[in-house]
Amino acid sequence: MSVSAPARGSITTRLRGRYDRNLWFAVFVGPFVLGLLVFVYIPIVWSVVLSFFDAHNTVTPSKFVGLGNYLDMIRDASFRSSLLTFILFALFIVPTTFVVSLGLALLVNRARFARTFFRSVYFLPTACSYVVASLVWKLSIFSGVRFGLMNTVLGWFGIEPIAWLSVTQPPWYWLVIVTARMWLQAGFYMILFLAGLQRISPSLYEAAAIDGAGGWKVLRFITLPQLRATSTAVLLLLLINAFQAFDEFYNLLSSSGQYPPYARPPLVYLYYAALGQGQDFGHGSAGAVVLTLLIALIALGQNRVLGLGRRED
Amino acid sequence: MSGAEGNGFGRRRFLAVGGGLAALAVTGCGSNTGRASSGSSSGGKPTLSQWYHQYGEPGTQQAVQKYAKEYPDATVTVQWSPGDYDKKTASALLTDGGPDVFEYGNGPSIDMIKGGQVVDLSDLLGDAKSDFTPSLISRLTYQGKLYGIPQVTDMQLLVYRKSVLSAAGVQPPQTVDELLAAAKKLTTDKMKGLFVGNDGGVGILGGPALWSAGLDYLKDDNTFGFDDPAAVESLRKLRELFTSKSLLLGAPTDWSDPSAFTQGLTAMQFTGLWTFPQIQKALGDDFGVLPWPKLNATTGAPSVPVGAYASSVSAKSKNVDAAKKFVKWLWVDQTDKQLDWAQSYGFHIPARKSLIDKADKLKSGPAADAAKFVNENGHAQTPLLWTPKSGTAYSDALNRIIKSGSDPATEIKAVKAVVEAELKRIAG
Repeated sequence: MSVSAPARGSITTRLRGRYDRNLWFAVFVGPFVLGLLVFVYIPIVWSVVLSFFDAHNTVTPSKFVGLGNYLDMIRDASFRSSLLTFILFALFIVPTTFVVSLGLALLVNRARFARTFFRSVYFLPTACSYVVASLVWKLSIFSGVRFGLMNTVLGWFGIEPIAWLSVTQPPWYWLVIVTARMWLQAGFYMILFLAGLQRISPSLYEAAAIDGAGGWKVLRFITLPQLRATSTAVLLLLLINAFQAFDEFYNLLSSSGQYPPYARPPLVYLYYAALGQGQDFGHGSAGAVVLTLLIALIALGQNRVLGLGRRED
Repeated sequence: MSGAEGNGFGRRRFLAVGGGLAALAVTGCGSNTGRASSGSSSGGKPTLSQWYHQYGEPGTQQAVQKYAKEYPDATVTVQWSPGDYDKKTASALLTDGGPDVFEYGNGPSIDMIKGGQVVDLSDLLGDAKSDFTPSLISRLTYQGKLYGIPQVTDMQLLVYRKSVLSAAGVQPPQTVDELLAAAKKLTTDKMKGLFVGNDGGVGILGGPALWSAGLDYLKDDNTFGFDDPAAVESLRKLRELFTSKSLLLGAPTDWSDPSAFTQGLTAMQFTGLWTFPQIQKALGDDFGVLPWPKLNATTGAPSVPVGAYASSVSAKSKNVDAAKKFVKWLWVDQTDKQLDWAQSYGFHIPARKSLIDKADKLKSGPAADAAKFVNENGHAQTPLLWTPKSGTAYSDALNRIIKSGSDPATEIKAVKAVVEAELKRIAG
């Protein structure tokens, strides 16, 4: 043989793998693993460590307080109310966005003309940032003065201007928050549902038509069951996104260095406690751990009820 | 989707939620610190990074860059930070990438001081100490040590449109009841009577509400200051104002901007001294100023909140001595620059008494009245021992009282519990 084969079993060869497969694997995957380690896993471990220490204005823990921070957070009425705010928000936003995006997908899927146009129109808001959308909602559409868009419309019917984001009775601010999120999100989930709808075999609908079924019955007995996998994925994504609510709450409601307690989701609360002037990383980390456990618990519960990720039978 | 995939995806997202906060804490918010990679520049002079928040007045950034360039003993780079400056600076002080010299609203917090994040600047003032406004120096001092040099004095006060008040036959209000009555009378289809911020005053009236009742956040002996029937009465008045329909709410800009006032959306506004150039440009002489009025004829006193951006030195600076020297040069020795900073780009009151007499813009009209209020009715915005946690507890209580009609006495008791725990923590 003119070309000598590499020595079998040499460490370098084994590390590089056949056809340098291991090497290329490391080249492509390495940076992401490194990023995950540096920006996700090490901070998580650090955060858990900090949660057992008194850490005001320092991320180098010194005074061990055991479960003290956890007990403080659980006793803290503001933290508990932030969790309640989230639960209320999720209870409302998850089903409504689900129904709206499914409805849009069904409509767009059945559109006989300009289907691409409608898909684009509903999907476009997804590309808009939450911050920008919040400012448009706050300053233009739901501005509290008489020339705000909504108040102008109300004015046509002789209704006095409403200070949408300033009053709590009635809580109009929920309308502002929910519509902003709905506008931003519904298009994305509509696309997921559309993909699901297009995977349903037309023969099922043909068979249903032959049997005389139509309208609601088709939706109830063919479309919805066939969308089960998509629906469960959408529900989980919606739930996680609701838990991560921050941008629109913060940009719509914070003002002159303070934030109202009545619409403070957990991330906003922890932001003020840990990353704001408070710089209380011990309690902030304990809150983050409690929140993470809560999300995990809800996701597991959801998994049990809806079966997302359950092995296909 | 397989089970493994489904759960793996979920876990990553869940962990990201908890990790995001910590990641921000560890890495700080941005790496461009304005500080050179080494502690000294090639010319042998030390290199210093100086941080400012973004001022609204045109020309301010160029002014501080010019001051920095003129300093002979170090190369000073200015970082001008838009956005949430306080939070960014507080996070950066945890790392080696933070500033050497930085300004902070009302000086560094008690936790920054107790955490050893800022250095003692007591030796910088020298003979000039008596020339600085005493209330500001006292606000920046903890256990006899000074942690910030005031750069300029700012204040909040009530501005009113003279012509609108006289057309409605309303006298400038001297008590809170008169203010309520005036706001009601001045409210029309097109104009509201009063603007105290889109949050109904939660953000800025916490202090005035206490002072107007003759009380304060903390007593002189640093115990809770407003478990008192007069505070209950005063906070109840804020609720009354909120429900009176004479308050402007949901304006495009907030209380710190004069647009609502200059555009005729409100007849009166509680705002800052810095808005005067814009108000004068829009309304000329057609405006007057007042402090926040006293509660009633027999209780309390009129008040204005007084604050200052103060210059501090980070304990993590590689050139603490050079940084201190620079702060002394700019904010103690260079009086012409201090006067320029206070007067050339907007309306501010110089932090030194001797410069107030030289400030031409403060010699007449509403500005002169405002300068008088600082001396007669001025209160530091919040005491040094009023921590962010205490501030949040009070602001939450104000929110519930003003917007939702909660009982002020119950809310004050809840605030008291938080504040006392915080005072105990600081003392410990």
